[in-house]
Amino acid sequence: MPQIVCEHLCLGYEGETIVKDLSFSVEAGMYLCIVGENGAGKSTLMKAILGLRPPLSGHVAFGDGLKKKEIGYLSQQTDVQKDFPASVREIVLSGFQGRMGFRPFYRQAEKERAAQNMERMGVAELSGRCYRELSGGQQQRVLLARSLCATEKLLLLDEPVSGLDPVVTADMYRIIGELHRSGVTIVMITHDVAEALPCATHILHLGHCVFFGTRDEYLRERKDAPEEKEARSHGSFN
Amino acid sequence: MEALIEKLALYMQYPFVRYALIVGVLIALCSSLLGVTLVLKRFSFIGDGLSHVAFGALAVATVLQAANKMTVVLPLTLLAAVLLLRTGKDTKIKGDAAVAMISVTSLAFGYLLMNVFSSSPNVSGDVCSTLFGSTSILTLTKQEVWFSVLLSVVVLLLFVFFYQKIFAITFDEDFARAVGVNASRYNLMLAVIIAVIIVLAMNLVGSLLISAFVIFPALSAMRIFRTFFSVTVCSAVLSVVCALAGIFASILAGTPVGATVVAMDAAAFLLFCMAGRLRGA
Repeated sequence: MPQIVCEHLCLGYEGETIVKDLSFSVEAGMYLCIVGENGAGKSTLMKAILGLRPPLSGHVAFGDGLKKKEIGYLSQQTDVQKDFPASVREIVLSGFQGRMGFRPFYRQAEKERAAQNMERMGVAELSGRCYRELSGGQQQRVLLARSLCATEKLLLLDEPVSGLDPVVTADMYRIIGELHRSGVTIVMITHDVAEALPCATHILHLGHCVFFGTRDEYLRERKDAPEEKEARSHGSFN
Repeated sequence: MEALIEKLALYMQYPFVRYALIVGVLIALCSSLLGVTLVLKRFSFIGDGLSHVAFGALAVATVLQAANKMTVVLPLTLLAAVLLLRTGKDTKIKGDAAVAMISVTSLAFGYLLMNVFSSSPNVSGDVCSTLFGSTSILTLTKQEVWFSVLLSVVVLLLFVFFYQKIFAITFDEDFARAVGVNASRYNLMLAVIIAVIIVLAMNLVGSLLISAFVIFPALSAMRIFRTFFSVTVCSAVLSVVCALAGIFASILAGTPVGATVVAMDAAAFLLFCMAGRLRGA
């Protein structure tokens, strides 16, 4: 039983369908990259999986012991966050909110877990610092630590390296790769196909031609259709 | 200096001054706590819009000659709060436009009602005092004071109990929703609390000046402090200090209460701005 099953999803906004009849599933241990041109519906798909924006039709099911609230989510930066006064510790701890119910304060065990996760993401020494004063790469690592507090099973990452310089980008991919090896299922949106391909196990390509399969199948298909590849990589680097 | 203290001591013997201080401090405390979230969530304007709705509602209450005006004003403002929050998402009329529309409509409607069905000889005086608060805080009845105390305590308890949730949905609503926090419920709770605070604050500062109460302490605190907790605490302390100083100053100098407190808030904001600059430099 896969962790996430999407069946016959149609996504879009009122009156406009972006993605038609999309079916795929995410198994435990996958590293799935979702690629495609801008506006192909990558973020919309992620929001449908998270239940933030219901699909026009079709449905999303969870299995293999994964519950809907056990999905960690790394979204694109919002305006609100850019000047938000909050310490790293406050943000990382807020990852536990989903499972707290009405309990108003954090338990000691949760504080320890948060500290471990900060350690793991290499932001432990920043725990008292203000989020908005950190560099882009540090901010992303803080948000990853928060996601780890929410779940150890599956992470959805929406453009985790956008706006980061090449060195920090490579570092970010290394960290995500380590998380994957430690058993976290990764689903990542990226427009940076060349960088992401080496670590991915599976690819979902959205756009005028939809592809879902393993990375090797994807590479083979791209080789078979060089024109298509040209068009794609052109689109993806724009 | 001694003469001042003596004068204050004299005033403190009057119950209406004590009432004004109690209610003033409580309102300042509640509005500043929520202000941090409102400012960060880009909801500052909703507070402003709601205060105008409260003005309209007060006009309705005056016309209806309701015994306790709160019983009319509070439900109407609550309704408007819920509606305004809804308009923030997926509607044809965008949030800020909806707020502007509702607020001018209630202002106009309220003024119209007060004029057409005026029951007092001095309509502009009435309107002015509802808009700017003037002396109404000094004419609070014991019943109104208890009502304010009760509502403030409820607001404070809710805020403390749900502090972490409020932080989570303020910082990143999508993430909070994704991990299973019922963000809509807490947004609704925030809207209700804001409405309650605005209705309470109308007594003190009048409906035009409430926004300053909500926004200034939070903005000042953010100039200097860097964590959500410290910003919240600083905003609360600052707001209470400004309210106390403002009320005392207005008693001594005979100035309007609301405007004096807001002037204090503005002065504090300038000070904090400068301190922030100095620290940053």
